[in-house]
Amino acid sequence: MTTEPALLTEAVPARAPGGLFAGLSRDWAVLFGAAVLLVMVIIGIGAPFLGTVDPAEISPTFRNRVPGTEQTIRRADGSTATYRHWMGTDSLGRDVYSRVLYGARISLLVGTAAAAISIAIGLVIGLIAGYLRWLDGIVMRIMDGLMAIPAILLALAVVSLFRAGILSVIIAIVVPEIPRAVRLVRAIVLSVREEPYVEAAIMTGTPTPLLLVRHVLPNTVAPMIVQGTFVCASAILVEAILSFLGVGIPPDTPTWGNIMAEGRGLFRVYPHNIFFPGVCLALTVLAVNMLGDGLRDRLDPKLAKRV
Amino acid sequence: MAGYILRRIAATVPVMLIVAVLVFLMLRLTPGDPAAVIAGDNANAAQIAAIRTRLGLDQPIVAQFFIWFGQILRGDFGESFFFKKSVAELIASRLEPTLALSLSTILIAVVVAVPLGVLAAYKQGTLIDKIVMGFSVLGFSVPVFVIGYSLIYLFAIELNWLPVQGYQRLADGFGGFLARLILPSVTLSVIYIALIARMTRTSVLDVMGEDYIRTARAKGQVELKVLFHHALRNAAVPIITVIGFGVALLIGGVVVTESVFTIPGIGRLTVDAVLARDYPTIQAVILLFSFVYVVINLVVDLAYRLFDPRIRF
Repeated sequence: MTTEPALLTEAVPARAPGGLFAGLSRDWAVLFGAAVLLVMVIIGIGAPFLGTVDPAEISPTFRNRVPGTEQTIRRADGSTATYRHWMGTDSLGRDVYSRVLYGARISLLVGTAAAAISIAIGLVIGLIAGYLRWLDGIVMRIMDGLMAIPAILLALAVVSLFRAGILSVIIAIVVPEIPRAVRLVRAIVLSVREEPYVEAAIMTGTPTPLLLVRHVLPNTVAPMIVQGTFVCASAILVEAILSFLGVGIPPDTPTWGNIMAEGRGLFRVYPHNIFFPGVCLALTVLAVNMLGDGLRDRLDPKLAKRV
Repeated sequence: MAGYILRRIAATVPVMLIVAVLVFLMLRLTPGDPAAVIAGDNANAAQIAAIRTRLGLDQPIVAQFFIWFGQILRGDFGESFFFKKSVAELIASRLEPTLALSLSTILIAVVVAVPLGVLAAYKQGTLIDKIVMGFSVLGFSVPVFVIGYSLIYLFAIELNWLPVQGYQRLADGFGGFLARLILPSVTLSVIYIALIARMTRTSVLDVMGEDYIRTARAKGQVELKVLFHHALRNAAVPIITVIGFGVALLIGGVVVTESVFTIPGIGRLTVDAVLARDYPTIQAVILLFSFVYVVINLVVDLAYRLFDPRIRF
């Protein structure tokens, strides 16, 4: 469970020398994942500087143009400029290229936030449930109940309670993920409790909160990083699904999901509205998943069997 | 044995009860008067008052829960003010497409994924293994609607082989029913195939080192029979389990796929209900899908305990 070299060599005997990160850099899947993700982060942050226009600007005379169409823009001072719509325009005349680039921000933001929040909540509840036996039963039954509701349905139910927006979407994604994180943390706590060093700490009178933080928490770090990566991938997907279904983030904030939702109506004639964001979305989720698989093999070989 | 089955069935009762409590609390978490929320924006005072009496809103919350839960147990899910129908009728009228889509998806997924997984395990480390595993990661990453639209574009628009969207009832002809079912089922099966193939590979690999496999080979058993008879049979439990758990993915996929292919099933109903904030319908759909999910996993669990002689009581 810990990141001791002994465990790692046991799991990946061929790659152990050189430490954790040397092994990581040799794995092309992890490298690919990290590279794609880095590109997406750069795109998301640098969107205003990458030749984009205002992604929300509507242009009624320039609707549904195919990728590559040029538009002459008249500026306020009378001069003209040519702008090429690399990915065409949507049915309101908005530039799809700009929308896709700005959309990267939302996907990455939602993915990271959902992962961080669900892991944090999972840690707190899992540690408490794993340690306070009298609470354990109740907490785990509630978690069982939450897990019996298929994730997308639970997410849909949560968004139906709030006004559409980024925050409600993040909450909707986090709620179904919590039980999985809690179960994982609790399982680790239960196994660590039996370790001699924990028993020794109890014997020497370590107060419970300190015990949890100092001796139990470090054991959860590696599995939680791995779990967080997978939550991130599924969060990006679920956000896109919710926005695609029209119950997620409203179209004035471009996201890959709502760009595609916008393109649904005229899909037969103008597939580019679905194609470009779809490819970005698939590529990003793939990258995060590959990163997660690689990290899991490295950090937590036991998890590979558990999930 | 009978005792185990009873205990296992009894264990699902608290889970469903908690789901019911969560679904019940959902409406209490919305701001405002639950009766007004259920009735929607166009309701008059008399309608709201009728709902208030029906829900027993003047009573303590625990009593309210049992009133509501008693109605659910009698199959009374309330009235959908948006669809102007009772929720039970509404769901019944949408059942066929969803059932057809789910069953054909499971069929396709199992038929494709299990041999793929066995093949990947058999050819472990080779290019074939890497392709199957690569496909599996890809299947988890490409969203259902992207797959759906790609297939529509290729097979319905470019090649013109199949209808673009829609659904035809089985009663109106099998040909049209099947033609409209193929693309959505294939779309939906991708993620399920990815899941099952991956698990099949892992569990077959686990048993390939066992003595009985060596014995089977030593006695000159045909390799195909070693794989599918000796290895797969012993690797079946985790595979069947993952098929059961995968139903949650399937249900999520149904919601999206029905929207992409404009199939008037329960998935589409769910989205419409959320868009319209039609809470009685949302509640009923969640209860229904969760119930199906729990029951399927119960059946899966009991099935392999019945059929696997190694698991004793």
